[in-house]
Amino acid sequence: MTLALALEQLLNGIQLGVMLFLMAAGLTLIFGVMGLINLAHGSLYMVGAFACAAVAAWTGSFWIGLVASLIAAAAAGAIVELVVVRRLYDRDHLDQVLATFALILIFSEGTRWLFGSFPLYLDIPPLLQGAVSLPGGAEYPVYRFAIIAVGAAVALGLYFLISRTRLGMRIRAGESDREMIGALGVDIRTLYTVVFALGSALAGLAGAMVGALQSVQVGMGEPVLILAFVVIVIGGIGSIKGALLGALLVGIVDTLGRLLLPQIVGLFMPLAQAGPIGGAIASMLIYVVMALILAVKPRGLFPAAHG
Amino acid sequence: MPMLNRENLVNLALAILLIAVPLIANGLGQPFYITLATRVAILALAATGLNLALGLGGLVSFGHAAFFGLGGYVAGILAAHNFSGEPVIFGLGGTNQMWVIWVVSILVSGIVGLAIGAISLRTSGVYFIMITLAFAQMVYYFAISWPAYGGQDGLSILVRNQFPGISTMRPLSFFFVCYVILILGIGLFALIRASRFGAALQASRQNEVRVATVGIRPFRIRLTAFVISAMLTGIAGALFADLNRFVSPSMLSWQMSGELIVLIILGGTGRLFGPLAGAALYVVFEYALGGMTERWQFFLGLILLLVVLFARGGLIGLLAGKAKHG
Repeated sequence: MTLALALEQLLNGIQLGVMLFLMAAGLTLIFGVMGLINLAHGSLYMVGAFACAAVAAWTGSFWIGLVASLIAAAAAGAIVELVVVRRLYDRDHLDQVLATFALILIFSEGTRWLFGSFPLYLDIPPLLQGAVSLPGGAEYPVYRFAIIAVGAAVALGLYFLISRTRLGMRIRAGESDREMIGALGVDIRTLYTVVFALGSALAGLAGAMVGALQSVQVGMGEPVLILAFVVIVIGGIGSIKGALLGALLVGIVDTLGRLLLPQIVGLFMPLAQAGPIGGAIASMLIYVVMALILAVKPRGLFPAAHG
Repeated sequence: MPMLNRENLVNLALAILLIAVPLIANGLGQPFYITLATRVAILALAATGLNLALGLGGLVSFGHAAFFGLGGYVAGILAAHNFSGEPVIFGLGGTNQMWVIWVVSILVSGIVGLAIGAISLRTSGVYFIMITLAFAQMVYYFAISWPAYGGQDGLSILVRNQFPGISTMRPLSFFFVCYVILILGIGLFALIRASRFGAALQASRQNEVRVATVGIRPFRIRLTAFVISAMLTGIAGALFADLNRFVSPSMLSWQMSGELIVLIILGGTGRLFGPLAGAALYVVFEYALGGMTERWQFFLGLILLLVVLFARGGLIGLLAGKAKHG
């Protein structure tokens, strides 16, 4: 194995991590502020991808598609919050799981209804096509670098939003004592809708960006959703910092595990068997990591104050 | 001693209905409906297993598909080895005897349930939901990436496994096998619910601190319940594989875990016959809506949403009124 390959896979791991962060940030924010477990977050990711692909195909511009994905996902999130999710804040987690599971069925089947069963394809915009040379001689696609950059920008932006703005102050206040900020005259219902739409927009952004790397299809959101759950469980539910570190950890461990484990297993047995066995272990690796972390810290690496 | 109250009457009616449908279908020469009824019985058994953890213990496991699928794979793998004649492990061969398969699937899902439970039960609430989901995904991805038993494509069972004295390939005979196991499973649930152990389990759902104060460790009670729950769901998985004569990773998928929870809620959480009522309702929905529109899952989603938001007692709650105790 060369250094170039290792570097390339490390970058792939970071890119996967960044994408997971966009999902996990929304999930953990929604749980932190409203105490809601939202299975339909993967559907909002799908909505973003479909909106981007459809609008980009229609207008010929990826960028208009990207804006459309943000708007569509935020709007879908706001509608879902106003119509359904709002009724679930006082319910137990079981009801939340079931209602948002029902939302997945509705979103998936509804999308299939609108767009048909065939996947859509989304091209990488001309500006971000091509590749950069890495030290060691490998080429790395510009587009994947762009995803990493967007993720870093979102992380910084969220940090600024939450620690420096009035909205962020209200979000933090909502996390620590929601009755109190209601009593202080903050319109808590609007705040909830805004937080839900914000988290949805982040999921939609992730979906749109990944849409250009894979095909855009129904059911694309749930595998990512489950990885995002692993991320926030590792990071500590409710903690944005935990979501960022957890996402990078999961992204890098998963990617490098798939690269390295077959070779490590190959040291002990013939290569023909090592490939499948290593691959099978690699596909479970992040769950093993999660189990190990929880065995030591049951509330994740950065436990939030409550939850 | 069971009393003749409304819930028991509803339960009795459900049990009789489930056995009447395949008998009538058999008389009319409609084996398809026997298969539907068998499906109801097996799904109800799987959900009865989950109901033990979820309904009595308040442990919202979003990963019971792992046990359902493991049971299915035990049936598939043992049957495949019986066919090929190669040993499975340690020189032990496969089998086509259902009762051996049941014992093995109970053991396998129990052991895996012990491992998953021991880690997951260190957490609670939302963490527990997500961790059980993640562990089930782990088993799912393992099944997909392990090529020996079909990987993504699944594994066919060429001939349905045997049970001494019964011709299992006859739909009605196989239905009776499943029905008897379902009734035994529901009986076990009732026994556990009425036992001291069941009281401790329900108490640790209602007030963990009090249970600990009287000297019972909630962790052990919950772990035991989780393992029994996994075993029941595992044997249902073995039956499900034999019904379809096919097992695939979809039995292990998170959608399956979700469906099992949905069955319980549609029927009524923690109710003795809730899983059966829910499974019957679900299969009827699937069949009736699926006959009318390809998009039946859309409408299933809507119905489920309405049940969760507005009709929390489920079908049993609707028919028999509120549960007498929480």
